[in-house]
Amino acid sequence: MPAPSVSSAEPLAAASFDQTLRAHGIDLVRGRTHTLQVNTGYLCNLTCRHCHLEAGPHRHEIMSLATMEAVIAYAARVEFATIDVTGGAPELIADIGSFLARLAKLTPKLMVRTNLVALQSTAAAGLMALYKKLGVTLVASLPSTNGPQADSQRGQGVWQRSIEVLKALNTLGYGQPQTGLELDLAVNPTGAFLPADQEPTEKRYKRDLEKNGIVFSSLFTFTNVPLGRFRQWLAQSGNLQSYQQMLVDRFNPAAACGLMCRSLVSISWDGYLYDCDFNLALGLHHGTVRTHVTDMQDLPPEGTVIPTGEHCYACMAGSGFT
Amino acid sequence: METYYNPADLAKFAEIGKNAPELAQKFFDYYGAVFADGALSEREKALIGLAVAHAVQCPYCIDAYTRSCLEKGSNLEEMTEAVHVTNAIRGGASLVHGVQMRTLAEKLSF
Repeated sequence: MPAPSVSSAEPLAAASFDQTLRAHGIDLVRGRTHTLQVNTGYLCNLTCRHCHLEAGPHRHEIMSLATMEAVIAYAARVEFATIDVTGGAPELIADIGSFLARLAKLTPKLMVRTNLVALQSTAAAGLMALYKKLGVTLVASLPSTNGPQADSQRGQGVWQRSIEVLKALNTLGYGQPQTGLELDLAVNPTGAFLPADQEPTEKRYKRDLEKNGIVFSSLFTFTNVPLGRFRQWLAQSGNLQSYQQMLVDRFNPAAACGLMCRSLVSISWDGYLYDCDFNLALGLHHGTVRTHVTDMQDLPPEGTVIPTGEHCYACMAGSGFT
Repeated sequence: METYYNPADLAKFAEIGKNAPELAQKFFDYYGAVFADGALSEREKALIGLAVAHAVQCPYCIDAYTRSCLEKGSNLEEMTEAVHVTNAIRGGASLVHGVQMRTLAEKLSF
């Protein structure tokens, strides 16, 4: 007997995302910003099937030295509790080392999102040691502890190479207790379904990865957002409508308080501001105005309305997206 | 082509309460409690649900518990092994009756 569904069985998005927010009395505006997210560009050594940015080896949009300088100047003007560097694969950007070294002096917490295997590239030589020296918090993608399941998202052989890199990071002290070197795992579903709850997933990963001699600090689960390459796959596989409907059906008003767009500002590879990496993918500018980081003198103003779209249902489904 | 099973009906399961709401509510409350985290995790219970779904050969249940297993973090290796458990029990249940057959046949034969 299947679980009873809470679905209304109504057609998709009978109410737009904004209407749904209003119906629940949610006013989606910016609060105090504490995180600066920097997207260094879409160049990546992988072509993950869930990627909302369609990053890959064929992409040439990467952050220039001039934009890096503008980001550093902004981070010097305005203190952010966290600076979160993402891509693509940041490791593949020339001068990423000096960029990170300068950012590390400007924030209590510098975080880099890594696909792990980029750290095996020639371009990334010495980066692991630099991360350790700077005390960078690493957030590493590992969608499954099962090799074939992980590879179905990230590419053949990526899981095994990810395990090798995790071991190398552990050897450096990352993820080990009392080193202060934080190694977190990011888990996105390997298909058109929602992620498992974070807490039991973290326990299971700790147990499974321990068999490979791997330790890590914490684990975060994230919903796949139906944009970019993931959206294309959803359409091609006949899952798009049912996936979008599922996100609508699983709308959880309690997730609104933890939404990252309330407290994070994202800078694109070419220096423009967005309220999150998904709005960046769609070109939905922060404050609905195309603003360059060089024009920012302060934190983004509290109360600024956050532009939304149907993709925002992904951040409000189930436990939400923080 | 029309069939007896319509995938869209799965989402209408709650409608079963329309003419017997109290009974339906008791069932759904019980159902929710059974699948909540307990001595077994929700993930383990979903794998059991998947195996039972194949035993009772309910298309709705197979649909629901395939999705549920994936959402709870299971992988295809685990899910396929769960279905083999179903198969082993079903096959074993047939085969073990062979003892009954043999006993009777031996009784009836010289």
